[in-house]
Amino acid sequence: MTQAPMTRAAEATPPTVARKIRGLSDRAIAWIFVGPTIFLLLAINIFPLIWTINLSFTNYRANRPNREVDYVGLRNYERILTDSDIWLNMQATAHFLFWTILLQVLIGFTLAYLINKKFKGNDLWTTIIVLPMMLSPAVVGNFWKFLYQPQIGLFNYIVAFFTGRDPSSFEMLGQVNLAPWSIVIVDTWMWTPFVMLICLAGLRSIPDYIYEAAEIDRASKWRQFWTITVPMVMPFLMLAVLFRGIENFKMFDLVVQLTGGGPGSTTELTSINLKREAFEKWRTGYASAYAIILFVTVFGLASIYVKALNKVKER
Amino acid sequence: MTYSKLTAVSALSLAVAGFGASAQAEDLTLCWAAWDPANALVELSKEFEEQSGHTMNFEFIPWPNFADRMLNELNSGGNLCDLLIGDSQWIGGGAENGHYVKLNDFFDAEGISMDDFADATVYAYSTWPKGTPNYYALPAMGDANGWFYRKDWFEREDIRAAFQEATGRELGEPQTQKELLEIAQFFQEREIDGQTVYGAAIFTERGSEGITMGVTGALYPWGFKYENTPGSYDMEGAVNSPEAVEALEFYKEFYETATPPGYTNSYMGESLDAFKSGQVAMAMNWFAFFPGLYADPNTGGDKIDFFVNPPQNQAGSTLGGQGISVVAYSDKQDAALEYIKWFAQPDVQQKWWDLGGYSAHKAVLESPDFVDSAPFAGDFLEAMNDVQDFWQEPAYAELLLAMQKRIHDYVVADQGTAKEALDKLIEDWTETFEDEGKL
Repeated sequence: MTQAPMTRAAEATPPTVARKIRGLSDRAIAWIFVGPTIFLLLAINIFPLIWTINLSFTNYRANRPNREVDYVGLRNYERILTDSDIWLNMQATAHFLFWTILLQVLIGFTLAYLINKKFKGNDLWTTIIVLPMMLSPAVVGNFWKFLYQPQIGLFNYIVAFFTGRDPSSFEMLGQVNLAPWSIVIVDTWMWTPFVMLICLAGLRSIPDYIYEAAEIDRASKWRQFWTITVPMVMPFLMLAVLFRGIENFKMFDLVVQLTGGGPGSTTELTSINLKREAFEKWRTGYASAYAIILFVTVFGLASIYVKALNKVKER
Repeated sequence: MTYSKLTAVSALSLAVAGFGASAQAEDLTLCWAAWDPANALVELSKEFEEQSGHTMNFEFIPWPNFADRMLNELNSGGNLCDLLIGDSQWIGGGAENGHYVKLNDFFDAEGISMDDFADATVYAYSTWPKGTPNYYALPAMGDANGWFYRKDWFEREDIRAAFQEATGRELGEPQTQKELLEIAQFFQEREIDGQTVYGAAIFTERGSEGITMGVTGALYPWGFKYENTPGSYDMEGAVNSPEAVEALEFYKEFYETATPPGYTNSYMGESLDAFKSGQVAMAMNWFAFFPGLYADPNTGGDKIDFFVNPPQNQAGSTLGGQGISVVAYSDKQDAALEYIKWFAQPDVQQKWWDLGGYSAHKAVLESPDFVDSAPFAGDFLEAMNDVQDFWQEPAYAELLLAMQKRIHDYVVADQGTAKEALDKLIEDWTETFEDEGKL
C-alpha cells in the first residue's frame, strides 16, 4: 500500500472537536449529544414507571383530583392477586397467546417454506399473503364481525357447507365455547404473514452450499429439513415468537372490535380489563398495581426467553 | 386629574369593557350524543343564534363512546364543551367533582322555576344530592325505555288466529312482562311473507351500558330496589331479592327464546336495524328514537305502534334522558347560561317537542293537545310517571361496569345462576361504596 492514501486520510480526519469548541472536553460534548436522549428516556419511560409504582400503593383516582390520597400498602396487589375474575382474564389471555402463537408459527413457517420454493407467481403470492397484516386492526375486527354473523356471515356459510350444519345454529362471537376461538382465528389470519416474512428471511439466509454438501453426503430431504433448515431458522422463529408474544399480551383493539370482551367475560383479556379499571372505573391506584403486575410478568418472561434465544444463536 | 376622578374613570372603563365582553358574540360548543334528537337540537338552536348573535357548534359523540369521551373530557378539566347534555347518571360526579356549574342562583335571577318541569325529570336530571333543591342541570330531554311493534303483523287475521290457537287469547299490546315474552316467543322463527322473523330485539350490549339498561326494564316491574332504605347503601335482600332473581331469570329466558340469532352484543343501533329490516316483531328502545321510527317509510306510519314497558308486579320503566349543564371549565359561561335561559322558555320547549326532542316542560306535557300530538306521546307520559334510574353516585361508572359484567356473564355467557350473579353484584357494589367511604 502506498503512503499517499494513508496520509490523505489522516489529513482529512478533523481535529478533535473539543479543540474547536473551546473549554469543552470530548466527554462533555458526548454528554451534550447524549443528554437529550437520556432526558427523553427518563421523562417518557422511567419517570412514568416510577410514578406508576408509587401510585400502585395508593387509592388515587384520576377523576377525583381533589380527594385525599391515602397510601394503602400492598392492598391493591393483594386484591388483584386474590381476585378470581382477574385470574379468569389471565387464563383467557394465556389461551389466546398460546394458540395464536402456535398456529401462527406452524402456518407461518409452512407458508414461508412453500413461498421459498422457486415457482411462477411467487412474488404475487407473497404480496397477497401479507395483505392482512397491512390492514388496521379496527377494520379487520369490524369486517370479521360481519363474517361471523350467524345469519348472513360468510364464515358460518363456509362451515355449514362443509359440515352440513345450519349456518345460524352457531354463533362464533356469542357462544362461550366458540368466542375464544373466534379471536384466535382472526389474529392468526392477520398476523401469520408477519411470522411468515421472518421465517422467509431465515430460510433465505441459509447458504445453498450447505444443502449441496448434504446432498453429496446423501442426506434425505427429511434429514436436511430437521438438521439444516429447522436449526438455522430457529433463531428467526424464536424472534417472531417474541414479537408476537409481546404484541398479543397487549392485544386490545382487535378483540374489543370483535367481542368487546364478551360473551360475559369470556374474551376479556387482561389489557381490556386493565383499560376498564384505569379509564372507565378510574381506579388509578388499583390499575397501576395491575399494570405493574403485567409489566413484571411480561418483562420476566421476555428476559427468560431472550436468554434462551441467545443460547440458540450461540449454537 | 385627581385621584378620585382617575379612579372613577378607571372603574367606568372597566365597566364598559366588562359590558363589551358579556355582549360580544361567542362561539359556543354544545356536546351531546350523536342520535336523532341531536339533529333536532341543531335545527332548534338556529333560533338562538339569530336572537343572541352567538354561534353554536356541536360535538356529537356516538353513544358507545359518549360516556368515555365526555367523562375523560370533564376529568381532564377540558374546555371543549361549554354546554353538555350529559347522561342522568353523571349528575353526582358532575356536581361532586366540580365539573358542572351550580345553577340555583342563575335560576333565581332569571326566574326559571324547576316547578315548571316534570318532577321525575327534575329529580333525575337536575338534583344532587338526589331530591335536594341543588340544581346542576336543566331537564333537557325526557326519555325512557319503551317498546314498538309491527302493527301490520299484529293486525293480520292469519297471525291473530295462530296466536289465538297457540295461547288462547287475543293478540294485542302486552299488559304484563310475561305476556310480552309470550308474544315474542310466538313470533320467534315464524315465517311471515316467506321470511323467517324473530320475537324481539332487546339490549344485550356488554361494553357500555346496554345490557344494564335492558335488564332493568324487567327488574323494575318486578319490584327491584337498589337499597332497602334509600341512602343507606344496604343492598342485601334488595338487589338479590326473590323478585329480582325471578326478573333476571325472565330476561335470560327472553334472550334465549325470543331474540334473533347472534344477538349477543346489541344495543340501540342493532335494535333499530333489526326492526327496520323486518327481522323482529317487537323491539325495545328509547322513546327518543320513536319519531324517527314513525317516520320510516318502510316500517313506520301505519305499520308501527308503540307501548310502554309492561308492568309485572308493578309499573316500571328504565329512565333515559339528560339534563343540560354548563361546564365549569368553560370560559364562556355567560353565553352558555344565555342558551339555557333561552332553552327554558315554554315556546322554545314546544318547538323542541315539535322537532322531535322530548321536552320535560309542564307547559308542553300538560297541554291538552300533547297526548294526541304523536302516536307515542301518551305512552311517553305514562312511562315518565314510573321511571327508575340507575345509581347516580359519583362512582356510577364503576357501579355500572360491575353490573354489565355480572348480568352479561349470566344472561349471555350462561355462567352461574341469577342469584349468584346478583350476590356477586352486591359484593362488587359493596367494595365500591367502601372505597368511596360510604360504607
